[in-house]
Amino acid sequence: MEVVAVPPFERFYVEHRDVVFGFLARRLGRSAAEDAFQETFLRALRGWDRLEHARHLRAWILTIAARVAIDTARKRPAEDALADADGVVEDRQPAYAELAFLADELPATERAAVVLRYGYDLPYAEIGAALGSSEDAARAAASSGIRRLRKKEGLT
Amino acid sequence: MNVSPELDARFRAAAADAGLLDVAYDLVDTPLGRLLVAATDAGVCRISYDPEPEREIETLAKLLGTRVLRTAKPIDPARRQLDEYFEQRRHEFDVDLDLRLSADFSRRVLEELARVPYGETTTYGDLAVRAARPRAARAVGTVMNRNPIPIILPCHRVVGANGSLVGYGGGLERKEALLRLEGALL
Repeated sequence: MEVVAVPPFERFYVEHRDVVFGFLARRLGRSAAEDAFQETFLRALRGWDRLEHARHLRAWILTIAARVAIDTARKRPAEDALADADGVVEDRQPAYAELAFLADELPATERAAVVLRYGYDLPYAEIGAALGSSEDAARAAASSGIRRLRKKEGLT
Repeated sequence: MNVSPELDARFRAAAADAGLLDVAYDLVDTPLGRLLVAATDAGVCRISYDPEPEREIETLAKLLGTRVLRTAKPIDPARRQLDEYFEQRRHEFDVDLDLRLSADFSRRVLEELARVPYGETTTYGDLAVRAARPRAARAVGTVMNRNPIPIILPCHRVVGANGSLVGYGGGLERKEALLRLEGALL
């Protein structure tokens, strides 16, 4: 597989900051998204020199952002969480946790597609953009990932 | 959804404060044009004239690590001292330098260069003597041309044996302007 060199962090940050902020603002609201934004890119920076290639960087940063969003939602006082759109945040946590664990052995693209679709409820168009491919390719990757998972779990 | 300039600046500052960067850089406006100034934890590692930041940061990332980010604070001491220098309120720079990319002979020459005082000139041959390679005047010229930190490392103070300006990485007119600023040229 072609090796894509890891770019300077500056370039990566400038390319993805608006998408990440939008993603966080939709999940947490604008003001909570600001702290989460900073935390997301600090986490990315901490992991940056362990990256071995630059494929799927958008999926990578959105996965980090999604984790930060979950941590942020957890830390909120209970009444705050209840006020959030009918406990959507609470429902999403187990889904992601289970999927991340199950999906660990999938090929990178399928794992990203499955986790972003079923863990974070991202539309296929966004997943396609995150993976640097199309909406159709993202749908195909997610469904092939799910098929593989079913087989693995003996569900077919 | 766009990140506000405030949030953007806050993240960049936090990244530097957390000590997570290999290289911090910023653009600094001076009477000689815009400079790109870059620093590592060890000190200023690069000043470039007429910078193309896109290309510059690729090079810095390759040489010093990919955690390169534009952020003002680590560059502030150098920026302040450059301002003072161009306002003729400062004759010596007091910032740490990171010369890890210059080895052996280059490094010795650059260290000798750092000792050439404000407002004075020396020659390529003289600098070669001081670096203990008296016949290497031409090689000293090459080191000057590739000086990673011009202005702070004053290669503009090195001239030909007959007093001609010879050359300058940032263009001869800048060499002349710096020497005039320092009163070394009438």
